[in-house]
Amino acid sequence: MESRSTILAAVRANKPGEVALPSIRTIERNEISNCTDTFKNLVQAIGGKVEEIQYNEVQETVERLFPDAKYTASGTKRYKGTIQLEHITDPKALENLDVFVCRGLLGVAENGAVWLPESAIVHRVAPFITQHMVVVLNESTILEDMHAAYDEIDVAEYGFGFFMAGPSKTADIEQSLVHGAHGPRSLTVLLLKTL
Amino acid sequence: MVNHAKNAEAFNQDEARTNWHDETLWFVREKRDKASGQIPEWEALRELASGIKDHTLSKLDVYLEEFEKKATENGIKVHWAVDAQAHNEKVFEILSDHGVKRIVKSKSMLTEECHLNPYLEEKGIEVVDTDLGERIVQLAEDTPSHIVLPAIHLKKEEVGEVFHNRIGTDKGASDPYYLTEAARQHLRQQFLTADAAITGVNFAIAETGGIVICTNEGNADMGVHTQNVHIACMGIEKIIPRAEHLGVFLRLLARSATGQHLTVYTSHLHKPKEGSELHVILVDNGRTEQLGRPDFRNSLKCIRCGACMNTCPIYRRSGGHSYGSTIPGPIGAILSPGYDLEKYSSLPFASTLCGSCSDVCPVKIDIHTQLYKWRQVAGAEGHIAGSKKRAMRFMGMVFGSPHFYRKVGRLMRRAARFMPNKWIYNRRNVWGKSREIPPMPKESFRDWYMKNRLGNGK
Repeated sequence: MESRSTILAAVRANKPGEVALPSIRTIERNEISNCTDTFKNLVQAIGGKVEEIQYNEVQETVERLFPDAKYTASGTKRYKGTIQLEHITDPKALENLDVFVCRGLLGVAENGAVWLPESAIVHRVAPFITQHMVVVLNESTILEDMHAAYDEIDVAEYGFGFFMAGPSKTADIEQSLVHGAHGPRSLTVLLLKTL
Repeated sequence: MVNHAKNAEAFNQDEARTNWHDETLWFVREKRDKASGQIPEWEALRELASGIKDHTLSKLDVYLEEFEKKATENGIKVHWAVDAQAHNEKVFEILSDHGVKRIVKSKSMLTEECHLNPYLEEKGIEVVDTDLGERIVQLAEDTPSHIVLPAIHLKKEEVGEVFHNRIGTDKGASDPYYLTEAARQHLRQQFLTADAAITGVNFAIAETGGIVICTNEGNADMGVHTQNVHIACMGIEKIIPRAEHLGVFLRLLARSATGQHLTVYTSHLHKPKEGSELHVILVDNGRTEQLGRPDFRNSLKCIRCGACMNTCPIYRRSGGHSYGSTIPGPIGAILSPGYDLEKYSSLPFASTLCGSCSDVCPVKIDIHTQLYKWRQVAGAEGHIAGSKKRAMRFMGMVFGSPHFYRKVGRLMRRAARFMPNKWIYNRRNVWGKSREIPPMPKESFRDWYMKNRLGNGK
């Protein structure tokens, strides 16, 4: 507690006079004419894959894409995995997970990211410990940019939530890009077309 | 005492390597240009980001208290630390409470600043850095030379050698795919067997009491979600008022850092997972003092993207280690003198004052102006070498009197032609060390102008 009062007192003594908070609404944003195309292009540019499918084709698509997957798990009713996540208590038990399928709540056109809250992934570690990641996304949820995304989501609604933009990657060795650093080696977005 | 010029000279001994370092970082700078160029509202975003930070710093106490209140309501344990020592002690206290023997740690410049690793190791706790670049330098018993690209100074053959000796990869193997895969397998075992996770923080949201962590590898999340104890360490300047402000900062951060549109993972933590603990330590360690320096408080706006390093002609050709400080490059050269002016007084001189750092800074910190101002402070407090001081005094005399300036100019134009080389290129004339004296013109511009313009009555 001593640190707390010392720090706050020092801030009060040293801070400058109040500066007004600028409004983020003042920004004139670049209009993106076709959000779906932009999103698709960006997901591919950052190392992901996009497949356009019907809502009832999730199961067969995942099976087609990962025929050799032994352990799979899911956060969506549209795909049935071999592991029931509700029965897992120790997150480390998911260490051999090959494929994880879940629903994305929204996509962001300007950077190819998808928003995945805790409610969609069941276990926080699942989308990171898995070897491959599949996100099911409704085309209609794709928004222009990060401002639109934060207008839409309530970050505090969930204990945890994250944007994922492409598969895990690193360029720490001589700037050579390698996918699959610690998280998934691949990301596939299954885009459900708006009828 | 860090002598940047001397360290840079040592770095420059290997010319091929210096060129390689220079080109590698310039490549990152070009990626940044490409990404930022795709956003027509880029300048407006920078202005906004700078304005939000100005506002936040002016009400930092209010936002810190708001964050503490909201985070506590969310079930996060919030701690405060006045300095590095208090921070390290707090981390150790939490770890001892849980009998932790080994931790997995993701990148945090703050813990580097506090020298947390050696502190914990001395207490018998094993620290495993999990960012690939940081793991490389940790296994090499080296230090990071860049805040975003910690191992940018090492070649793949050197990484291969370190991995061969420490984690048993094949001798002579240097393929980045192979080495990264080996690190993935090695670190996965660490994640599965550690006792706690430590991370840094990119942003802390006052309004909602949550923290945001950005990585590309997913190492922070692997650590946090596999462990039951998570300690997040942050400088008090990482606070932002509202969640909507993330839109502004995130659009700038990755584009400025590596030319990506967004980092692969942008994780928002508001509550610990069930049955786990989440601790956030708010650290001052000199920040409130910097807040009280009107000329230098802008440096607290930094979001640690590293763009100023990638663009700096001095950083690129002297390497991160030449700065001898946790944060190198232009931003490090304005932060470090605030901690210890005597030790870091040479850093503000590690610049050409070209201003490129200020131009690329996503939060519009006037870095090159602050570099200039730190020079004035260093001079006033007697931290400038006698030879430089005498030379400056003489130059001041020359430039202060038009009459004297013309006289000296005339003299030098003639004398330079006959001056023996050893007068110009000797040890005491540091200016002549790596420069060639230009051929002397017959007359000065002033003489030419008088003759050809004024003299002709035009």
